[in-house]
Amino acid sequence: MQFLFYLFAAISVISAVFVVSAKSPINSVIALIVCFLSIAGHYILLNAQFLAMVHIIVYTGAIMVLFLFVIMLLNLNKSAEPVKTLATRIAAVIAGGVFLLTLLAAVRHGLDITPARDFDGGVGLVRSVGLSLFNEFLLPFEVSSILFLSAMVGALMLAKKEPAASAGTSPAAPAEKRVA
Amino acid sequence: MNEITTAIRTVPLEHYVFLSFVLFSIGLAGALFRRNTIIILMCLELMFNSVNLLLAAFSAFHSDPSGQVFVFFIMLVAAAEVTVGLAILVMMKRNVDSVDVNQLNRLRW
Repeated sequence: MQFLFYLFAAISVISAVFVVSAKSPINSVIALIVCFLSIAGHYILLNAQFLAMVHIIVYTGAIMVLFLFVIMLLNLNKSAEPVKTLATRIAAVIAGGVFLLTLLAAVRHGLDITPARDFDGGVGLVRSVGLSLFNEFLLPFEVSSILFLSAMVGALMLAKKEPAASAGTSPAAPAEKRVA
Repeated sequence: MNEITTAIRTVPLEHYVFLSFVLFSIGLAGALFRRNTIIILMCLELMFNSVNLLLAAFSAFHSDPSGQVFVFFIMLVAAAEVTVGLAILVMMKRNVDSVDVNQLNRLRW
């Protein structure tokens, strides 16, 4: 069982590097999907079955499809991205490496934590997560629906085609006419 | 089922911590490395996921479902964030006909 963890870890790290280094955005999206699927494998190894399902549905099912749609609709697949200068790229890699080094140095002596509770095999199943979600976290759960509503309205407002600015009318006026 | 729950105990918690550190650093370096806005958004997703993995690992280690509920909320926020981010990207493509972040320098000062 233990080797599965290292297999999934290797897949996720390699595909994450490929996300950053791929020339075409489509290849980046595919590599990111592979990375997310391996992270779902990690969740299953952690006995977090609910999270694994939600992760596959939300990330690989919804978010990555959204990315793919935007790339295809805007025709971004041509890799005409102007590359940064060599100094900037080296600085970016060094910044990431130094950040990693700092984090690793913080835990170099191990974590030395004892579990707060006795091991419970039921944690992470739908039942335990659902009980926790709808008892302790009911209010945040309801508030998150408002967050979604505002995100949806905001995305519609942002992506809506603007009426021709040269007409000199306020932008709200034609929108109201269209609704009527 | 029982094999899986015993497997949690065999992998040390530190290895999950190291893995999520590495993923987070790759995401951070990628966000600095690239100029394409859509790839910067993907690197943000990568960083979100490394944090989620760490939270889920600690939650499983402590046998406390609250951490996994927290991951659930982070997923909700990430979904809302990526929706608005992609809408901004569509706007940007329409207005300046480019997805290069360096084009968005009017907000710099």
